[in-house]
Amino acid sequence: MIEFRAVTKRFGDTEAVSGLDLVIPARRTTVLVGSSGSGKTTILRMINRMVDPTAGTVEIDGGDVRDRDPVELRRGIGYVMQSAGLLPHRRVLDNVTTVLRLTKVPKAQAHERGLQLMDTVGLDRSLAERYPRQLSGGQQQRVGVARALATDPNILLMDEPFGAVDPIVRTELQDELLRLQRELAKTVVFVTHDVEEAFRLGDQVVILEQGGRIAQQGTPVEILAAPASEFVASFIGADRARRRLRVVEQDGQRIAVDDDGRPAGVLGPAS
Amino acid sequence: MDWFLANTGLVAELALQHARLSVVPVVLGFVLALPPGVLAWRHRRARGPVLAAVGLLYTIPSLALFVLVPPLVGISFLSELNVVIAMTIYAVALMTRFVSDALDAVDPAVRASATAMGYSAWGRFWAVELPLAGPVLLAGLRVVAVSTVSLVTVGVLVGIRSLGTLFMDGLQRGIPAEIVTGIVATVAVALVFDVVLVAVGRLLMPWSSSRPGRVGRRVQLTAGGAG
Repeated sequence: MIEFRAVTKRFGDTEAVSGLDLVIPARRTTVLVGSSGSGKTTILRMINRMVDPTAGTVEIDGGDVRDRDPVELRRGIGYVMQSAGLLPHRRVLDNVTTVLRLTKVPKAQAHERGLQLMDTVGLDRSLAERYPRQLSGGQQQRVGVARALATDPNILLMDEPFGAVDPIVRTELQDELLRLQRELAKTVVFVTHDVEEAFRLGDQVVILEQGGRIAQQGTPVEILAAPASEFVASFIGADRARRRLRVVEQDGQRIAVDDDGRPAGVLGPAS
Repeated sequence: MDWFLANTGLVAELALQHARLSVVPVVLGFVLALPPGVLAWRHRRARGPVLAAVGLLYTIPSLALFVLVPPLVGISFLSELNVVIAMTIYAVALMTRFVSDALDAVDPAVRASATAMGYSAWGRFWAVELPLAGPVLLAGLRVVAVSTVSLVTVGVLVGIRSLGTLFMDGLQRGIPAEIVTGIVATVAVALVFDVVLVAVGRLLMPWSSSRPGRVGRRVQLTAGGAG
């Protein structure tokens, strides 16, 4: 469990995060969603001490992260970022095993683990000796995920990891993350500006306003059912035609259609 | 051409001597430019003063340097070391800015991700920042190498033999062919330095090759041995 207590972060005169209280449950996916300037990346980076709060505390399993050596702390937390942030001068396998090598895992053992991780994230082993720029955007992103999983960390921080790939690959990577999360059950903190992505991936979704203030927090269903404010309603697009579905009967089937009359799907029996 | 053919032995000897005098300043200049270059890159406030100071070094006329260096270091005016030290000073003057710019050019996202993975500042510098600065450092080294090879000729004014000897001798004895030979040979030495530097760059930085297709194929062929 990760807990923010009255956390404020100022950069010069601007308050990126002000008085944030937030509990991120273990072994679930929490998505922080907000537009730019909402402090979401800053919040994420306060977990692994890439940013230290101006005031307040961040705790992991009850321990203040300030008491931890930042380098050690970061080695124990997976981190995936936009366009993967791979080391362009290292081959794929070396990228995957970076943290293992930093923590002095013997080379042969690290390589074996690296190849297994490539299997885990759905990368062909024949790509192991390539350089990052010889891979597609989607493949690079998978390398980024494999690298973050290398030390089998409990916590996985993901900063708009799928922001730079095309929509088809993004959907594929989201599916992959959902599958991985079912298998691995990590504490995932995922940052995005895309509300569809947030609802798709998040067990818990935290909608942020400017200055890192929480506009609403809850499951996607809760948020859709009862947007807490005008801001949330407009942010999640509850006022858009596509979100308002109604049921029409056709040939004995109940079809959900949106306000424009486009079908969104078939309704099954209530569960 | 006739003059050259009649004197190939001398030209070869002077070319070798010239290359020998140029190698040390290029290598030493690179190494010595690292600390001030890193300083200028790491500390914003140091940048201006450091780059201005090393830039000033480059404005010292070479002849003045040849006269100043020996008494300061305690060597003879005629010592080869005189030229080597002067050339090294120029190399540092040129290279420091390249070091600082090269490190600046490293993608901030890659630096951030290296930090997030748990590199210490020191480890990140050697394993990530310096290697990724490589292509710009190489570009700088190529400029320094060509500049050094051309400047070494000035050493002839204080009696240090190099291809510059051919200009001086040709001028004094009125042999234009000898002057031309000296110029062409100097350009040739500079070209050899450049080719060697580019080759070393290819070897050390296969990831930055300008021909992705070729690297791709080679890598595919060797991928079978990955395990």
